[in-house]
Amino acid sequence: MTNKAIAAACAVALTAFLGSAQAKTLVYCSEGSPENFNPMISYTGTSFDAQRPIYSQLTGFEYGGTAVVANLAEKWEVSPDGLTFTFHLRKNVKFHSNKNFKPTRNFNADDVLFSFERQWKKENPYFKVSGGGYDYFTDMDMPKLLKSLDKVDDYTVRFVLTEPNAPFVANLAMDFASIQSKEYADALLKMGKPELIDQEPIGTGPFEFVQYVKDATIRYKRFDAYFAAKPKIDTLVFSINKDPAVRVAKLKANECQVSFGPRPADLPDLKADKNINVLAQSGLNIGYIGMNTKKKPFDDVRVRKAMTMVIDQKAILTAVYQGSGQAAKNLIPPTMWSYNDKVPAYKLDIEGAKKLLAEAGYPNGFETDLWAMPVQRPYNPDAKRIAELVQADLAKVGVKAKIVTYEWGDYRKRVQAGEHQMAQLGWTGDNGDPDNFFVPLAACSSKNTAQWCDKEFDDLVTKAVKVSNLAERTKLYMQAQEVMNKQSPYFFIAHSVVYLPMRTNVVGFKQSPFGAHRFDIADLK
Amino acid sequence: MLRFLLGRVALIVPTFVGVTFLAFLLIHLVPGDPIEARVGEHGISEERLAELRHEFGYDQPMWKQFVDYEAQVLKGDFGVSVVTREPVIKEFATLFPATIELSLAAILFAAVFGLPLGVIAAVKRGSAFDYGLMGLSVTGASMPIFWWGLMMILIFSVTLGITPVSGRISDAFFVEPWSGFMTIDCNWSDDEGACRSAWSHIVLPMIVLGTIPLAIIARMTRSSMLEVLNEDYVRTARAKGLSGMRVVIVHALRNALIPVVTVIGLSVSGLLGGAILTETIFSWPGVGHWLVESIARRDYPVLQTGTLLIAVLVILVNLGVDLLYGFLNPRIRR
Repeated sequence: MTNKAIAAACAVALTAFLGSAQAKTLVYCSEGSPENFNPMISYTGTSFDAQRPIYSQLTGFEYGGTAVVANLAEKWEVSPDGLTFTFHLRKNVKFHSNKNFKPTRNFNADDVLFSFERQWKKENPYFKVSGGGYDYFTDMDMPKLLKSLDKVDDYTVRFVLTEPNAPFVANLAMDFASIQSKEYADALLKMGKPELIDQEPIGTGPFEFVQYVKDATIRYKRFDAYFAAKPKIDTLVFSINKDPAVRVAKLKANECQVSFGPRPADLPDLKADKNINVLAQSGLNIGYIGMNTKKKPFDDVRVRKAMTMVIDQKAILTAVYQGSGQAAKNLIPPTMWSYNDKVPAYKLDIEGAKKLLAEAGYPNGFETDLWAMPVQRPYNPDAKRIAELVQADLAKVGVKAKIVTYEWGDYRKRVQAGEHQMAQLGWTGDNGDPDNFFVPLAACSSKNTAQWCDKEFDDLVTKAVKVSNLAERTKLYMQAQEVMNKQSPYFFIAHSVVYLPMRTNVVGFKQSPFGAHRFDIADLK
Repeated sequence: MLRFLLGRVALIVPTFVGVTFLAFLLIHLVPGDPIEARVGEHGISEERLAELRHEFGYDQPMWKQFVDYEAQVLKGDFGVSVVTREPVIKEFATLFPATIELSLAAILFAAVFGLPLGVIAAVKRGSAFDYGLMGLSVTGASMPIFWWGLMMILIFSVTLGITPVSGRISDAFFVEPWSGFMTIDCNWSDDEGACRSAWSHIVLPMIVLGTIPLAIIARMTRSSMLEVLNEDYVRTARAKGLSGMRVVIVHALRNALIPVVTVIGLSVSGLLGGAILTETIFSWPGVGHWLVESIARRDYPVLQTGTLLIAVLVILVNLGVDLLYGFLNPRIRR
């Protein structure tokens, strides 16, 4: 062998060695601890973020968007009457393994049946495990919607619904519809430790769960047998830091490469740092003030209209959202399909408002309460401050507003019961479907903040959910937004912009409109 | 000696009942309950709420909940976290070593620097060093931990970049827990530099948590030494012609240590209190951090049991100090 060849061989060996030694670790500074490692029994975005690397669902959302794409199901068919959904499952999909469990078979229809029956059927041995509260499953009306779920063969499953439901396929892409391993469940049952299924999770997702140190770190490693595009990073770590100031400090010190949303006040500093990129995207959410249409004086549409003419939306955006809010005029955010941009934006018109109030029989204004929730929400950074600004605006037309607040659980309950006259609240979308905003927030069947029930609007949104043609659905939702604007049961405040700061060496990361954080495509330069 | 010991142990029982009662009462006085604290805009059905309340016994009258809890604890069952549904005792056991590690480091730091500083100040009584040190120790003892911790992070981590901001070890290292002490377990990590990372993480929280005990130990050593240095036997020792060093270390310090040991023992309860703040500032995954997080989650079982276990520990440490005191000073055994 010549010297050159030896040198070349050494170089190759050295690169191979260095390549293997330089494992890529991406650290994400997250904002809180997950409740467990099973999305079926979780409530919060924080928990879903921590569970998402581990699991896959039948359908999925495209990376960085709301479109529904194939996932564990390669394709699906819907029967002409919209009642039967047949899913064809992907073959050769492997499950993770851990110290208690080594899978002997690939993913198949049994796992799908198990994952849904666990949440649906009381006789399933796992129904009561880990407390047995499947709130999302219930919230998405699955118990009412599902008539039957059958295994056609090992790689085909059939859902039959009780009524047509267009968003059903999108619902199956949500985290609660994640697929667990039936084989693992059976093995744990035999060991007498069924609860481990939600603490030491096994899934088919891009990363395997390694370790969780409570309130400190969650560690995952790349799953090399992942069925879709393999992640480019070897190790994914969630570093849990509740304090936003600490997250910013860690990001600046490169102790983490991506960090959960900063406080608006930290943004200028982060943007000025040349090692940090700040991504921004309008969130799939809405913050609003509901006017109780069942109570005087807001049962009169003229009064409601007048309120929308005196509240200074721009002042709220500047003072409270500090650049992290986008003025709203519809219930759904502009990134969502069927958004109606023809609906007019709010215009300040004090004289016009006074005239409307006089017509309605309140020439000298009136007294009202104005509720502010006690907690910060993604769509509303400071409800109390907003209430103060609105209070000052209303005073201009002689309306005296009294600010009211309750402990969070109590607040929500009282608002649902309609004890208020004006109340702030909001919503964050789950599945990217307009139905997920219109029905829970404005349909007659909901306990909405405005206590609003309008026949014309209700017919439109009820019809839209049963139609599977997208163009036709879009038309119906557009009309619904016009009706809503005319009736003004709500004053829409803002869709908040979600910021995500990251080191400049992170590439390929996209923000999700749902506020989800996904690391399967991200890479480190 | 046995009677002394039994007397002290007997005192634990009423203290225990008092602590559990207080912990129970205070937590239930805070508005909100653990079930509702977790619900978002989706809300929760009345039926489901009732089911969950029933499962954890929150639908019972307050006195019954307390009695049931006491009975449960006496049987050795410390309950299950409302949020994670893992046994509270298991969570405590995995997090407690982190707190011990930090507290031990802090008390060692305080003793290693506090004792010699106190001795020097006593020997050089009235000098500029003495005045300077005593002035500093007043400042140290009255330093708010929260402010002090944030200042240290700002100076050493953010501005100078010498130490890491928070945590026990860099997230790049994977360490299998064995002893639970990161500075020991890191030796078994495959990754090079794990130990350096672990030690660099403990420095700031150790200093922050050790500052108050350091100040107290220095002051206590000084005053105790001053007293002893005037004793007859010290004068005798000097008269025998022993070197100044030998007189101070062997004859004076040993006798001056008795009150200092008590102070160190008593500062353990202070340390645990301080650990709660320090752990929160430095995201140090110990029981203090865990308890603070649990308040926001209204996780009653964790709060009750966590408080109880810490109280028991403080009682035991105080008992240990009493015994040690008896050993150092035979006069109080009778």
